[in-house]
Order: sequence, then C-alpha cells, then structure tokens
Amino acid sequence: MTELNPYIPFLSKITEVIKHTEIEFTFRMTYSGDVKPGQFFEVSLPKFGEAPISVSGIGDGTVDLTIRKVGKVTDEIFENYVGDTLFLRGPYGNGFDIANYKGKEILLVAGGTGLSPVKGIVDYFSAHPEDCKGFTLLVGFKSPKDMLFKKDFEIWKKNINVIMTVDYPDEHYDGNCGLVTQYIPELMIKGLTDAVGIVVGPPIMMKCTINDLLAKGFKEENLWISQERKMCCGIGKCGHCKIDDTYICLDGPVFNYTKGKFLKD
Amino acid sequence: MGYQTTAEKINAIFSDLSKDYLIYAPKRFVGDGTFTYIDTIRYGEITDLAEIEFAEKSNYSFKEVLLPISETLFYFTENEMKEADAPKKGAIVFLRSCDLHGLKRMDTIYLENGGVDTYYKRLRDHTKFILMGCENSFENCFCVSMGTQTSEDYDAYLKVDGDNVLVDSRWDYLDAALAGATQAPVIADSVTANDTVVTIPETVPQTLFDDPFWEEYGNRCIACGRCNFVCPTCTCFTMQDIFYTDNGKAGERRRVWASCHVDGYTDMAGGHAFRNDKGQRMRFKVLHKVNDYKRRFGTHMCIGCGRCDDVCPEYISFANCINRLNTLVNDTVKEEN
Repeated sequence: MTELNPYIPFLSKITEVIKHTEIEFTFRMTYSGDVKPGQFFEVSLPKFGEAPISVSGIGDGTVDLTIRKVGKVTDEIFENYVGDTLFLRGPYGNGFDIANYKGKEILLVAGGTGLSPVKGIVDYFSAHPEDCKGFTLLVGFKSPKDMLFKKDFEIWKKNINVIMTVDYPDEHYDGNCGLVTQYIPELMIKGLTDAVGIVVGPPIMMKCTINDLLAKGFKEENLWISQERKMCCGIGKCGHCKIDDTYICLDGPVFNYTKGKFLKD
Repeated sequence: MGYQTTAEKINAIFSDLSKDYLIYAPKRFVGDGTFTYIDTIRYGEITDLAEIEFAEKSNYSFKEVLLPISETLFYFTENEMKEADAPKKGAIVFLRSCDLHGLKRMDTIYLENGGVDTYYKRLRDHTKFILMGCENSFENCFCVSMGTQTSEDYDAYLKVDGDNVLVDSRWDYLDAALAGATQAPVIADSVTANDTVVTIPETVPQTLFDDPFWEEYGNRCIACGRCNFVCPTCTCFTMQDIFYTDNGKAGERRRVWASCHVDGYTDMAGGHAFRNDKGQRMRFKVLHKVNDYKRRFGTHMCIGCGRCDDVCPEYISFANCINRLNTLVNDTVKEEN
C-alpha cells in the first residue's frame, strides 16, 4: 500500500471571508474530516511557503482559519491573493478535547489572536451551556480596533459569562480596560479543586495568568495551555518546533500544565 | 556468509550493480578542504574500490544520500502539484559502524516519529549498506562510550587487504555473485577503545539550563552550523519555495538542511524567536544529543563519531562539553544533598 504523501497539500475552497480587523480575517474553508479546536493546518501558498494556522471554528463541512497579516505567506494572502481556494495540509497537532472539560466549571482566558485556537471550545459550550457547570470567557485585546469575532461575542454573551477588556482604549470605547490578569481576583469560581482553566495568548500573558490562577487556587492538573512555535512540517520531521523531548506539532500544541510547565525552549 | 575474493572481482560485481545502483563511498577530494593544501573526505559516487578512502574518517557523513542537502518535494503550477520523481537507481552506501547507528536515528525520525516520510522512505527502501571496519580509532572518536563501535545491521562488510578483499555478505545478490569465491570466516574490524572517553550525565536538571556554564560556549560559538551539517544524526530541514524566472506561476517546493545553531531556526511570523543566545543553542543541541532524544526514543542520539569536534572552527569540543556537564551535574547534586 502506498501511503499518502503528507507534504502535498489539497485544495480547499474559501466559502466566506469574515473581516475582523484590517489585518485579521477569518477564512471559512471547505474541509470534511475530523478536526478539533486547537489543531492547526498548514496554509500553503506556492511561491511563498506555508504558515501554521489554528482552527478557529468548526462547521458542517467547513473549518475556520483566522489569519493575521504578519509574515511572508500571510502578507501575500492579504495583499495580492485573488483566488477562491487555498492549499491546505492537516489538521495537525492534538487540539483541545472537549470531553476533558464537560461537566466542569470552566474559565477560559485568551489574549488577542490566542482566542482563535480556543474559539471552538467557546462555540461548543455557548451552544451547550448545560454540558458544563459554568463558563467564563475572559479575553483581552490590545485596543478596540483589534477585537476579533465581534458577531460571535453577541451570541456568547447570551449563553455564557463574558468579560472583555482592552489594554489601550480609545475615546469611543466604554468597556473594561487593562490586562486580563486584573480581572482574575474578582472572579467567582465555586469549586476551585475541580474548575478548569484554559489559557492561550502571548507567552508573557500566559505566564502571568497561570501564576494568578494557581494563586487563586486552581490545580495544576486542571490548567491547559496551547503553545505557538515555528511549525514547519507539522509531522515531527523538520525539528523547528521541538522543545526538549517534545514536538509541539505532534504532542501539542495543547498541553496540560503539569507537562506544559516543563517546556523550556 | 564470509568470502575471500579479489578487488577485480568486486569491481566487476560493482560494474553489474551499477545498472541498478549508484555506489556512494567516502572519497578524498585533493586540495578541496577549508585551507590550502588540505584535502577533504566526503561522500561521492565510485565505480572502483580504489576510489574509497578507507584509511581516514570522512569529514562529512553519508546522510546526504538519504537526506539530500536540497531535495525537491514537488513541482507546482497555479492549481496543481506533482510529486518529484524518485531517483531511477537505488543506492549502495559504504559507511562505518557509528554511521550505521546514525542510520537508525534517521529511521526513527523519518519512519516513526509522526509517521512515514515519503521522500526518505523511497530512498531508504532502495539503499544497501556496506560496513567499513575500523582497525584503529580516529581523532575525536568516542564510539565506545556511545556503544556504537560495532554493528550487525549491514547488508555486507567489506575489507580491502592488498589485492585480497574479505566480504561478509548478508545480501542474496552478493552471495550469488560470489558463489565461486573461497569461503572464509570474516569478522568486521572494530575498535575496543578510543582516546576520547565521555561520561554522560543520567539526567540534566532544568535548573542548569541557565547555568553560566553555557555562556562560555555562547561567547565562542559563531553560529555557523557546521557541527549540525557534519553530524549523521542531525536531520532538521526547512522548506523553501522557488519559482522559475521565465514563468513566475510555476515552481517547486524544496527542503534544505537546517541548523539549530544558525539564526532563524526558531523565527516565527512576526519576528518572535526563541534561544537568541548562542549558549542556549549549544545547550539545546547538546541535550538533544544526549538527553532529550533518549527520553523520547530510548537511545542516545549522538553516535560518537566526533565529526562536530573535527569541524568546529572555534575549537568547541562536544565531547569535552559532555564531560564538563557531567561534572557540573554531579557537583550540583552534591551541593543539593
């Protein structure tokens, strides 16, 4: 039996483009295999290369890829790309397992585009609030201009507890300000021994948030993080994402904190 | 089966084999070394036993046969991709015992870790390995410390002794080709001791990751990556797209060797990078070779060929680093008790 060549991408149709900010769009792509929130695809643009992009939503026969214009491949997608398809490889990585969080009280803390890999979790529990004891989404953006998934927030607010904050408000903004960590002390968590914390964002934000959650009484084994590294091949060969004995693309990017805390670049 | 035969006979067999195989062996390239009047020994195609450099260690390993320095993965046009053709011929590789252990490390990454790599497998499946013995240890070798001084995983062992050639064959084709030759017991030459001996610390605590120990290497390393490129167990690559200047819509994706010592290895879109300090890169590499790989796969990654020590332009010794690290780990444990 010949095995499929894992390096050759497949064509996926862009069914919808949702513009969040000037530099962040969600591309809804046709895909009909198994996929979990937190897994990623390599978006492949011949001539320019590949970029690992996490799944920010799972639909019927589609996956959402929220892409930020930040590098060689994504610059090209935003500036010149006119096609209605993209090449993809994946999904790769372990992703978040919703079953780990069912029946529990959940606090999800996300920073900026860190919301993308966990958005599938929010979508799920917003649609099935009865599947958990309580769900709080605490999310921070740099400024009101950087907010993602605005329409989704309208839906989420009806079903789960949402706290959104921005680091740098503008004159038209009248919501919460400051870092996400500012809002952790006042959070009412009923059963800290069982409550689940999921933290995804820039490295510093993750570090500070985890410290605060541990101080609040969350247990290490109930904390989950997702790591971002240079994932070039996505299949454990190229070596770029390796930390110690761990391949982020294979063993992660999602880690329980009991393992994640030992990852040192 | 062991045989005693002649160089002439072996060359005739090679001539027949060359219809289906390219034969690679370490060759001496006169005057091609880094400095004037210095030769280099690296892999190249051969047709005659006399071309093989048996007496010295090769500066580079055989790995480029299975993992070319630059390898085209596929060709693309706007909406189509076509897998690059595999070479028409298989390969026969002459290599020493340590490198044969290096092959196992490559197999682990390319055939097991995260699934099968199409490009590696299609070359690997059509490659035969001929062991070259070591009558004596070379400078900087520490195979005995790594337990790689002997290997049984060869298709044939071959030793040239004047006009005589001793062969131990585990390859049906070769057995058939040598059917008329004198049978003789053949045992591969191997060393039992090296001048360089390393002692590997059982575990290296994470508290030592930021130890000043690494700074010294950081100050000296120039991040040239040569240690990675000569290492038979360094298998990292980066993918690159190129396009044709006369038709910008067509091109190819390649993979090229990458080095964890060289700038850019961990760069992510947006510019964030990890291990900007060269000492930390040394720590990352050293611990991969003798610590992390073992935790994941059960054996040390390093096979003790010492090529990294041979090639370093800054005279950084990997072997010495491991021994010093062992002392540091022991001292740290003592202090803690």
